[in-house]
Amino acid sequence: MAATIRRRSAPAGRGWLDRFDGVERAVHWVNAALMLVLVFTGATLYLAPLGQAVGRRALVEDIHVYCGIALPVPLVIGLAGPWGGRLRADLRRFNRWTGSDRMWLRAAFRERSRRQALQAEIEVGKFNAGQKLNAAWTAGAGLVLLGTGLIMRWYHPWPLSWRTGATLVHDWMAVAVGIVVIGHIGMAVSDPDALRGIFTGRIRRSWAERHAAAWLDGRD
Amino acid sequence: MNPPAGEAGRGAQWSVPPEPGPEQDRRGSTPADRGSPVGRRVVLGLLGLGAVGVVAGSPLQDGLDAALAPIQRNDPTGLSDLLPGDYFRIYTVTDGYPYQSPVSYRLSVDGLVDRPTSLSLADLRSRPATSLVRAFQCVTGWRVPDVHWQGVLLSDLLDEAGVQPAARALRFLSFDGAYSESLTMAEARRPDVIVAYAMGGRPVSQAHGGPVRLYVAPMYGYKSIKWLSHIQVVDRVEPGYWETVGNYDVEAWVGRSNGRNDPTT
Repeated sequence: MAATIRRRSAPAGRGWLDRFDGVERAVHWVNAALMLVLVFTGATLYLAPLGQAVGRRALVEDIHVYCGIALPVPLVIGLAGPWGGRLRADLRRFNRWTGSDRMWLRAAFRERSRRQALQAEIEVGKFNAGQKLNAAWTAGAGLVLLGTGLIMRWYHPWPLSWRTGATLVHDWMAVAVGIVVIGHIGMAVSDPDALRGIFTGRIRRSWAERHAAAWLDGRD
Repeated sequence: MNPPAGEAGRGAQWSVPPEPGPEQDRRGSTPADRGSPVGRRVVLGLLGLGAVGVVAGSPLQDGLDAALAPIQRNDPTGLSDLLPGDYFRIYTVTDGYPYQSPVSYRLSVDGLVDRPTSLSLADLRSRPATSLVRAFQCVTGWRVPDVHWQGVLLSDLLDEAGVQPAARALRFLSFDGAYSESLTMAEARRPDVIVAYAMGGRPVSQAHGGPVRLYVAPMYGYKSIKWLSHIQVVDRVEPGYWETVGNYDVEAWVGRSNGRNDPTT
Protein backbone atom coordinates (compact mmCIF):
# COMPACT_ATOMS: atom_id res chain seq x y z
CA MET A 1 0.00 0.00 0.00
CA ALA A 2 1.20 3.48 -0.83
CA ALA A 3 0.23 4.57 2.64
CA THR A 4 2.58 2.05 4.21
CA ILE A 5 5.52 3.11 2.08
CA ARG A 6 4.94 6.74 2.82
CA ARG A 7 4.85 6.03 6.51
CA ARG A 8 8.12 4.09 6.43
CA SER A 9 9.90 6.98 4.79
CA ALA A 10 9.43 9.02 7.92
CA PRO A 11 12.05 8.59 10.62
CA ALA A 12 10.63 6.73 13.60
CA GLY A 13 9.26 8.96 16.31
CA ARG A 14 9.41 12.13 14.29
CA GLY A 15 6.95 14.04 12.17
CA TRP A 16 3.30 14.73 12.48
CA LEU A 17 0.13 12.81 11.79
CA ASP A 18 -3.29 14.10 10.85
CA ARG A 19 -5.63 13.13 13.65
CA PHE A 20 -8.68 15.33 13.17
CA ASP A 21 -9.80 17.13 10.02
CA GLY A 22 -11.45 20.54 9.92
CA VAL A 23 -14.96 19.12 10.07
CA GLU A 24 -14.18 17.10 13.18
CA ARG A 25 -12.56 20.04 14.91
CA ALA A 26 -15.42 22.35 13.98
CA VAL A 27 -17.97 19.87 15.35
CA HIS A 28 -15.94 19.44 18.51
CA TRP A 29 -15.57 23.15 19.20
CA VAL A 30 -19.15 24.11 18.38
CA ASN A 31 -20.21 21.29 20.68
CA ALA A 32 -17.84 22.49 23.37
CA ALA A 33 -19.15 26.05 23.13
CA LEU A 34 -22.77 24.88 23.37
CA MET A 35 -21.89 22.62 26.28
CA LEU A 36 -20.19 25.49 28.10
CA VAL A 37 -23.28 27.67 27.69
CA LEU A 38 -25.50 24.77 28.82
CA VAL A 39 -23.40 24.13 31.92
CA PHE A 40 -23.37 27.79 32.88
CA THR A 41 -27.06 28.48 32.22
CA GLY A 42 -28.00 25.14 33.79
CA ALA A 43 -26.05 25.99 36.94
CA THR A 44 -27.76 29.38 37.01
CA LEU A 45 -31.19 27.75 36.87
CA TYR A 46 -30.17 25.10 39.40
CA LEU A 47 -28.22 26.98 42.07
CA ALA A 48 -30.27 29.71 43.74
CA PRO A 49 -27.39 32.07 44.67
CA LEU A 50 -26.07 32.02 41.11
CA GLY A 51 -29.58 32.58 39.77
CA GLN A 52 -30.02 35.54 42.07
CA ALA A 53 -26.74 37.08 40.95
CA VAL A 54 -27.50 36.63 37.26
CA GLY A 55 -31.21 37.45 37.24
CA ARG A 56 -33.31 37.39 34.06
CA ARG A 57 -34.40 33.84 34.65
CA ALA A 58 -36.73 33.66 31.64
CA LEU A 59 -33.90 34.66 29.29
CA VAL A 60 -31.45 32.21 30.90
CA GLU A 61 -34.06 29.48 30.55
CA ASP A 62 -34.61 30.24 26.86
CA ILE A 63 -30.87 30.21 26.17
CA HIS A 64 -30.53 26.89 27.98
CA VAL A 65 -33.47 25.29 26.15
CA TYR A 66 -32.44 26.38 22.66
CA CYS A 67 -28.74 25.60 23.12
CA GLY A 68 -29.86 22.16 24.29
CA ILE A 69 -31.97 21.64 21.21
CA ALA A 70 -29.06 22.85 19.06
CA LEU A 71 -26.55 20.48 20.68
CA PRO A 72 -26.99 17.55 18.25
CA VAL A 73 -27.07 19.83 15.19
CA PRO A 74 -23.29 20.27 14.58
CA LEU A 75 -22.71 16.53 14.86
CA VAL A 76 -25.59 15.71 12.52
CA ILE A 77 -24.40 18.28 9.97
CA GLY A 78 -20.83 17.03 10.29
CA LEU A 79 -21.90 13.45 9.68
CA ALA A 80 -24.49 14.06 7.01
CA GLY A 81 -22.54 15.48 4.05
CA PRO A 82 -19.74 14.44 1.72
CA TRP A 83 -17.42 16.34 4.06
CA GLY A 84 -18.03 13.87 6.90
CA GLY A 85 -15.96 10.86 5.82
CA ARG A 86 -13.41 11.19 8.60
CA LEU A 87 -16.03 11.89 11.21
CA ARG A 88 -18.08 8.90 10.12
CA ALA A 89 -14.99 6.71 10.29
CA ASP A 90 -14.29 7.95 13.81
CA LEU A 91 -17.88 7.33 14.83
CA ARG A 92 -17.43 3.74 13.68
CA ARG A 93 -14.25 3.53 15.75
CA PHE A 94 -16.04 4.83 18.83
CA ASN A 95 -18.77 2.26 18.40
CA ARG A 96 -16.60 -0.80 17.91
CA TRP A 97 -14.83 -2.37 20.88
CA THR A 98 -12.13 -4.96 20.34
CA GLY A 99 -10.62 -7.35 22.85
CA SER A 100 -7.77 -4.86 23.34
CA ASP A 101 -10.26 -2.18 24.32
CA ARG A 102 -11.74 -4.42 26.99
CA MET A 103 -8.29 -5.25 28.33
CA TRP A 104 -7.36 -1.58 28.36
CA LEU A 105 -10.50 -0.68 30.32
CA ARG A 106 -9.97 -3.49 32.82
CA ALA A 107 -6.40 -2.28 33.33
CA ALA A 108 -7.70 1.26 33.97
CA PHE A 109 -9.14 0.07 37.27
CA ARG A 110 -5.78 -1.25 38.52
CA GLU A 111 -3.43 0.77 40.71
CA ARG A 112 -1.27 3.30 38.91
CA SER A 113 1.99 1.44 38.26
CA ARG A 114 0.24 -1.78 37.26
CA ARG A 115 -2.13 0.18 35.04
CA GLN A 116 0.67 1.91 33.21
CA ALA A 117 2.54 -1.34 32.68
CA LEU A 118 -0.54 -3.15 31.40
CA GLN A 119 -1.72 -0.35 29.16
CA ALA A 120 1.73 0.13 27.66
CA GLU A 121 1.52 -3.44 26.32
CA ILE A 122 -1.87 -2.99 24.69
CA GLU A 123 -1.88 -1.67 21.16
CA VAL A 124 -4.74 0.80 21.15
CA GLY A 125 -6.47 2.08 18.03
CA LYS A 126 -7.15 5.73 17.25
CA PHE A 127 -9.15 6.01 20.47
CA ASN A 128 -8.62 4.16 23.71
CA ALA A 129 -11.48 2.53 25.59
CA GLY A 130 -11.81 5.48 27.95
CA GLN A 131 -12.31 7.84 25.02
CA LYS A 132 -14.77 5.42 23.45
CA LEU A 133 -16.69 5.19 26.69
CA ASN A 134 -16.70 8.98 27.03
CA ALA A 135 -18.05 9.34 23.50
CA ALA A 136 -20.83 6.80 24.02
CA TRP A 137 -21.70 8.19 27.43
CA THR A 138 -21.84 11.76 26.13
CA ALA A 139 -24.04 10.74 23.19
CA GLY A 140 -26.44 8.72 25.36
CA ALA A 141 -26.54 11.18 28.24
CA GLY A 142 -26.95 14.06 25.81
CA LEU A 143 -29.99 12.41 24.24
CA VAL A 144 -31.49 11.66 27.66
CA LEU A 145 -30.93 15.29 28.71
CA LEU A 146 -32.52 16.48 25.49
CA GLY A 147 -35.58 14.24 25.90
CA THR A 148 -36.15 15.03 29.57
CA GLY A 149 -35.48 18.70 28.93
CA LEU A 150 -38.17 18.75 26.26
CA ILE A 151 -40.64 17.15 28.69
CA MET A 152 -39.76 19.77 31.33
CA ARG A 153 -40.15 22.65 28.91
CA TRP A 154 -43.21 21.43 26.97
CA TYR A 155 -44.85 19.54 29.81
CA HIS A 156 -48.51 19.74 28.80
CA PRO A 157 -48.89 16.29 27.18
CA TRP A 158 -47.15 14.39 29.98
CA PRO A 159 -48.52 12.96 33.22
CA LEU A 160 -47.48 14.84 36.33
CA SER A 161 -45.50 11.84 37.54
CA TRP A 162 -43.51 11.82 34.27
CA ARG A 163 -42.75 15.51 34.67
CA THR A 164 -41.37 14.74 38.13
CA GLY A 165 -39.38 11.83 36.69
CA ALA A 166 -38.04 13.93 33.81
CA THR A 167 -36.89 16.63 36.25
CA LEU A 168 -35.23 14.02 38.43
CA VAL A 169 -33.46 12.27 35.55
CA HIS A 170 -32.42 15.61 33.99
CA ASP A 171 -30.93 16.84 37.28
CA TRP A 172 -28.95 13.68 38.03
CA MET A 173 -27.81 13.25 34.45
CA ALA A 174 -26.69 16.90 34.34
CA VAL A 175 -24.59 16.50 37.48
CA ALA A 176 -23.01 13.32 36.06
CA VAL A 177 -22.33 14.95 32.68
CA GLY A 178 -20.81 17.95 34.44
CA ILE A 179 -18.42 15.69 36.35
CA VAL A 180 -17.45 13.83 33.16
CA VAL A 181 -16.91 17.11 31.27
CA ILE A 182 -14.63 18.36 34.04
CA GLY A 183 -12.76 15.04 33.83
CA HIS A 184 -12.53 15.31 30.04
CA ILE A 185 -11.08 18.81 30.22
CA GLY A 186 -8.73 17.79 33.03
CA MET A 187 -7.34 14.87 31.06
CA ALA A 188 -6.97 16.98 27.92
CA VAL A 189 -5.05 19.66 29.79
CA SER A 190 -2.80 17.06 31.41
CA ASP A 191 -1.74 15.78 27.96
CA PRO A 192 -0.62 18.82 25.90
CA ASP A 193 0.24 16.64 22.90
CA ALA A 194 -3.25 15.23 22.72
CA LEU A 195 -4.72 18.66 23.39
CA ARG A 196 -2.78 20.12 20.47
CA GLY A 197 -4.46 17.49 18.29
CA ILE A 198 -7.91 18.92 18.80
CA PHE A 199 -6.66 22.50 18.23
CA THR A 200 -4.50 21.95 15.15
CA GLY A 201 -5.70 18.56 13.97
CA ARG A 202 -2.19 17.16 14.05
CA ILE A 203 -0.45 14.91 16.52
CA ARG A 204 3.17 13.91 17.03
CA ARG A 205 4.09 10.54 15.61
CA SER A 206 5.81 9.73 18.90
CA TRP A 207 2.52 10.34 20.69
CA ALA A 208 0.72 7.96 18.38
CA GLU A 209 3.42 5.31 18.93
CA ARG A 210 2.73 5.44 22.63
CA HIS A 211 -1.04 5.94 22.64
CA ALA A 212 -2.45 4.73 19.34
CA ALA A 213 -0.11 2.10 17.94
CA ALA A 214 -2.79 0.14 16.10
CA TRP A 215 -4.03 3.30 14.42
CA LEU A 216 -0.47 4.17 13.39
CA ASP A 217 -0.15 0.75 11.77
CA GLY A 218 -3.37 1.21 9.88
CA ARG A 219 -5.08 -1.52 11.88
CA ASP A 220 -7.79 0.83 13.13
CA MET B 1 -18.00 11.24 -0.48
CA ASN B 2 -14.48 11.28 -1.78
CA PRO B 3 -11.86 10.49 0.84
CA PRO B 4 -9.19 9.29 -1.62
CA ALA B 5 -8.87 12.81 -3.07
CA GLY B 6 -8.32 14.17 0.38
CA GLU B 7 -5.73 11.54 1.15
CA ALA B 8 -3.86 12.32 -2.06
CA GLY B 9 -3.80 16.03 -1.28
CA ARG B 10 -2.31 15.42 2.11
CA GLY B 11 0.05 12.81 0.74
CA ALA B 12 2.07 15.55 -0.92
CA GLN B 13 3.82 16.16 2.38
CA TRP B 14 6.00 13.32 3.53
CA SER B 15 5.16 13.83 7.16
CA VAL B 16 1.47 13.48 6.74
CA PRO B 17 -0.05 10.31 7.78
CA PRO B 18 -2.00 7.68 6.28
CA GLU B 19 -5.30 7.97 7.96
CA PRO B 20 -7.26 4.96 6.89
CA GLY B 21 -10.46 6.18 5.28
CA PRO B 22 -13.73 4.38 5.58
CA GLU B 23 -13.02 2.42 2.40
CA GLN B 24 -9.78 1.14 3.76
CA ASP B 25 -11.46 0.37 7.02
CA ARG B 26 -13.82 -2.00 5.37
CA ARG B 27 -11.23 -3.60 3.19
CA GLY B 28 -9.11 -6.20 4.80
CA SER B 29 -10.97 -6.29 8.09
CA THR B 30 -12.77 -9.37 9.14
CA PRO B 31 -15.87 -9.16 11.31
CA ALA B 32 -13.88 -10.74 14.14
CA ASP B 33 -11.33 -7.93 14.54
CA ARG B 34 -13.87 -5.16 13.96
CA GLY B 35 -15.03 -5.73 17.50
CA SER B 36 -18.52 -5.47 18.85
CA PRO B 37 -20.82 -2.41 18.91
CA VAL B 38 -20.39 -1.57 22.59
CA GLY B 39 -20.80 2.15 21.92
CA ARG B 40 -24.27 1.60 20.53
CA ARG B 41 -25.17 -0.60 23.50
CA VAL B 42 -24.05 2.08 25.95
CA VAL B 43 -26.16 4.71 24.15
CA LEU B 44 -29.24 2.48 24.01
CA GLY B 45 -28.74 1.45 27.62
CA LEU B 46 -28.65 5.08 28.74
CA LEU B 47 -31.78 5.85 26.72
CA GLY B 48 -33.52 2.90 28.39
CA LEU B 49 -32.42 4.01 31.85
CA GLY B 50 -33.60 7.54 31.14
CA ALA B 51 -37.00 6.30 29.98
CA VAL B 52 -37.39 4.13 33.09
CA GLY B 53 -36.43 7.10 35.26
CA VAL B 54 -39.04 9.30 33.62
CA VAL B 55 -41.84 6.75 33.84
CA ALA B 56 -40.93 5.70 37.40
CA GLY B 57 -41.14 9.42 38.20
CA SER B 58 -42.55 10.25 41.60
CA PRO B 59 -41.93 6.88 43.31
CA LEU B 60 -38.32 7.04 42.18
CA GLN B 61 -37.88 10.51 43.66
CA ASP B 62 -39.40 9.35 46.94
CA GLY B 63 -36.99 6.41 47.02
CA LEU B 64 -33.97 8.58 46.27
CA ASP B 65 -35.04 11.13 48.87
CA ALA B 66 -35.26 8.42 51.50
CA ALA B 67 -31.84 7.07 50.50
CA LEU B 68 -30.13 10.46 50.41
CA ALA B 69 -31.68 12.03 53.51
CA PRO B 70 -29.31 10.40 56.04
CA ILE B 71 -26.28 11.27 53.89
CA GLN B 72 -27.30 14.91 53.60
CA ARG B 73 -28.06 15.16 57.31
CA ASN B 74 -24.63 13.88 58.29
CA ASP B 75 -22.51 15.56 55.64
CA PRO B 76 -20.25 18.17 57.26
CA THR B 77 -19.04 19.53 53.89
CA GLY B 78 -22.49 20.45 52.61
CA LEU B 79 -21.44 19.18 49.19
CA SER B 80 -24.24 16.64 49.14
CA ASP B 81 -26.68 19.54 49.10
CA LEU B 82 -25.58 20.08 45.52
CA LEU B 83 -27.07 16.72 44.58
CA PRO B 84 -30.51 16.80 43.04
CA GLY B 85 -33.36 16.09 45.38
CA ASP B 86 -36.03 17.93 47.24
CA TYR B 87 -35.19 21.48 46.77
CA PHE B 88 -36.97 24.58 45.58
CA ARG B 89 -36.11 26.11 42.25
CA ILE B 90 -36.30 29.80 42.96
CA TYR B 91 -38.34 31.32 40.16
CA THR B 92 -38.50 35.05 39.66
CA VAL B 93 -39.97 37.09 36.85
CA THR B 94 -37.81 40.12 37.62
CA ASP B 95 -34.08 40.53 38.24
CA GLY B 96 -32.89 39.31 41.60
CA TYR B 97 -35.15 39.02 44.63
CA PRO B 98 -37.23 41.99 45.76
CA TYR B 99 -36.74 43.02 49.38
CA GLN B 100 -38.95 44.49 52.04
CA SER B 101 -37.89 44.65 55.64
CA PRO B 102 -40.02 42.61 58.06
CA VAL B 103 -40.42 45.81 60.09
CA SER B 104 -41.82 48.09 57.43
CA TYR B 105 -43.71 45.35 55.55
CA ARG B 106 -47.44 45.94 55.01
CA LEU B 107 -50.12 43.77 53.42
CA SER B 108 -53.09 45.75 52.12
CA VAL B 109 -56.51 44.19 51.79
CA ASP B 110 -58.95 46.36 49.84
CA GLY B 111 -61.38 46.50 46.95
CA LEU B 112 -64.93 45.25 47.53
CA VAL B 113 -64.65 45.15 51.31
CA ASP B 114 -66.30 47.09 54.12
CA ARG B 115 -63.08 47.66 56.08
CA PRO B 116 -59.93 48.04 53.93
CA THR B 117 -56.90 47.23 56.06
CA SER B 118 -53.14 47.36 56.03
CA LEU B 119 -51.50 44.66 58.13
CA SER B 120 -47.94 44.54 59.45
CA LEU B 121 -46.06 41.29 59.97
CA ALA B 122 -46.75 41.63 63.70
CA ASP B 123 -50.47 42.03 62.95
CA LEU B 124 -50.42 38.78 60.99
CA ARG B 125 -48.46 36.93 63.67
CA SER B 126 -50.89 38.07 66.38
CA ARG B 127 -53.81 36.35 64.63
CA PRO B 128 -54.70 32.66 65.08
CA ALA B 129 -52.09 30.63 63.20
CA THR B 130 -52.77 27.76 60.83
CA SER B 131 -50.10 25.15 60.15
CA LEU B 132 -50.05 22.84 57.16
CA VAL B 133 -47.56 20.13 56.24
CA ARG B 134 -48.02 19.82 52.51
CA ALA B 135 -46.01 19.43 49.34
CA PHE B 136 -45.05 22.24 47.01
CA GLN B 137 -45.70 20.98 43.48
CA CYS B 138 -44.48 22.86 40.42
CA VAL B 139 -46.42 22.46 37.20
CA THR B 140 -43.17 21.59 35.40
CA GLY B 141 -42.71 18.55 37.61
CA TRP B 142 -40.42 19.25 40.53
CA ARG B 143 -41.88 18.76 43.95
CA VAL B 144 -40.81 19.35 47.53
CA PRO B 145 -42.74 17.06 49.85
CA ASP B 146 -43.74 17.69 53.47
CA VAL B 147 -43.02 21.39 53.72
CA HIS B 148 -44.16 22.91 57.00
CA TRP B 149 -46.17 26.06 56.33
CA GLN B 150 -47.50 28.51 58.90
CA GLY B 151 -49.64 31.59 58.49
CA VAL B 152 -53.10 33.07 58.72
CA LEU B 153 -56.09 31.57 56.95
CA LEU B 154 -56.92 33.76 53.98
CA SER B 155 -60.57 33.18 54.84
CA ASP B 156 -60.06 34.81 58.28
CA LEU B 157 -58.52 37.92 56.73
CA LEU B 158 -61.47 38.18 54.33
CA ASP B 159 -63.94 37.91 57.20
CA GLU B 160 -62.09 40.63 59.05
CA ALA B 161 -62.22 42.97 56.06
CA GLY B 162 -65.90 42.26 55.44
CA VAL B 163 -66.37 41.00 51.89
CA GLN B 164 -69.21 42.73 50.03
CA PRO B 165 -71.91 40.73 48.20
CA ALA B 166 -70.65 41.75 44.75
CA ALA B 167 -67.24 40.17 45.37
CA ARG B 168 -66.49 37.06 43.30
CA ALA B 169 -62.71 36.76 43.23
CA LEU B 170 -59.38 37.92 44.58
CA ARG B 171 -56.42 39.47 42.85
CA PHE B 172 -53.00 39.22 44.49
CA LEU B 173 -50.06 41.48 43.74
CA SER B 174 -46.40 41.00 44.51
CA PHE B 175 -44.04 43.77 45.57
CA ASP B 176 -41.67 42.58 42.83
CA GLY B 177 -43.81 44.89 40.71
CA ALA B 178 -44.62 42.28 38.05
CA TYR B 179 -46.19 39.12 39.41
CA SER B 180 -49.89 38.72 40.08
CA GLU B 181 -52.28 35.87 40.80
CA SER B 182 -55.96 35.19 41.26
CA LEU B 183 -58.38 32.93 43.13
CA THR B 184 -62.15 32.64 43.05
CA MET B 185 -63.89 33.48 46.32
CA ALA B 186 -64.74 29.80 46.86
CA GLU B 187 -61.09 28.79 46.40
CA ALA B 188 -59.90 31.55 48.70
CA ARG B 189 -62.25 30.29 51.43
CA ARG B 190 -60.67 26.83 51.52
CA PRO B 191 -59.03 25.73 54.78
CA ASP B 192 -55.76 24.92 52.96
CA VAL B 193 -55.11 28.40 51.58
CA ILE B 194 -53.01 30.57 53.88
CA VAL B 195 -51.12 33.84 53.94
CA ALA B 196 -47.82 32.32 55.07
CA TYR B 197 -45.09 34.00 57.15
CA ALA B 198 -43.16 30.85 58.12
CA MET B 199 -41.76 27.87 56.22
CA GLY B 200 -40.00 24.96 57.86
CA GLY B 201 -40.35 26.62 61.26
CA ARG B 202 -38.52 29.78 60.20
CA PRO B 203 -39.64 33.12 58.76
CA VAL B 204 -40.21 32.85 55.00
CA SER B 205 -36.83 33.79 53.51
CA GLN B 206 -36.37 36.44 50.87
CA ALA B 207 -35.76 33.80 48.19
CA HIS B 208 -38.96 31.97 49.09
CA GLY B 209 -41.05 35.14 48.91
CA GLY B 210 -40.65 36.61 52.39
CA PRO B 211 -41.63 38.29 54.54
CA VAL B 212 -45.07 37.06 53.44
CA ARG B 213 -46.29 34.83 50.60
CA LEU B 214 -49.44 32.97 49.71
CA TYR B 215 -49.63 29.18 49.97
CA VAL B 216 -52.41 27.50 47.97
CA ALA B 217 -51.96 23.84 48.91
CA PRO B 218 -54.23 22.15 46.33
CA MET B 219 -52.83 24.04 43.36
CA TYR B 220 -49.57 24.25 41.44
CA GLY B 221 -46.86 26.47 42.84
CA TYR B 222 -47.45 29.38 40.53
CA LYS B 223 -50.65 30.19 42.43
CA SER B 224 -48.67 30.60 45.67
CA ILE B 225 -47.53 34.13 44.91
CA LYS B 226 -44.29 35.25 46.56
CA TRP B 227 -43.52 38.67 48.06
CA LEU B 228 -47.24 39.24 48.59
CA SER B 229 -48.10 42.87 49.23
CA HIS B 230 -51.67 43.46 48.10
CA ILE B 231 -54.96 41.54 48.10
CA GLN B 232 -57.73 43.13 46.06
CA VAL B 233 -61.28 41.83 46.40
CA VAL B 234 -62.82 42.07 42.91
CA ASP B 235 -65.95 41.12 41.02
CA ARG B 236 -64.35 38.70 38.53
CA VAL B 237 -61.25 36.58 38.09
CA GLU B 238 -58.46 38.37 36.33
CA PRO B 239 -55.79 35.96 35.06
CA GLY B 240 -52.42 36.31 36.75
CA TYR B 241 -48.88 36.66 35.39
CA TRP B 242 -48.21 33.16 34.03
CA GLU B 243 -51.82 32.77 33.01
CA THR B 244 -51.34 35.77 30.75
CA VAL B 245 -47.71 35.43 29.68
CA GLY B 246 -47.41 31.64 29.64
CA ASN B 247 -50.99 30.57 28.96
CA TYR B 248 -51.16 28.56 32.20
CA ASP B 249 -54.54 27.40 33.49
CA VAL B 250 -56.22 29.85 35.87
CA GLU B 251 -57.70 26.92 37.80
CA ALA B 252 -54.42 25.25 38.70
CA TRP B 253 -55.52 22.12 40.58
CA VAL B 254 -52.56 19.77 41.00
CA GLY B 255 -52.98 16.85 38.58
CA ARG B 256 -56.23 18.20 37.16
CA SER B 257 -55.07 21.11 35.03
CA ASN B 258 -52.37 22.24 32.62
CA GLY B 259 -52.83 19.41 30.18
CA ARG B 260 -53.56 16.55 32.52
CA ASN B 261 -56.31 14.96 34.50
CA ASP B 262 -54.39 12.67 36.83
CA PRO B 263 -54.88 11.53 40.37
CA THR B 264 -53.38 14.03 42.80
CA THR B 265 -50.00 13.04 44.16
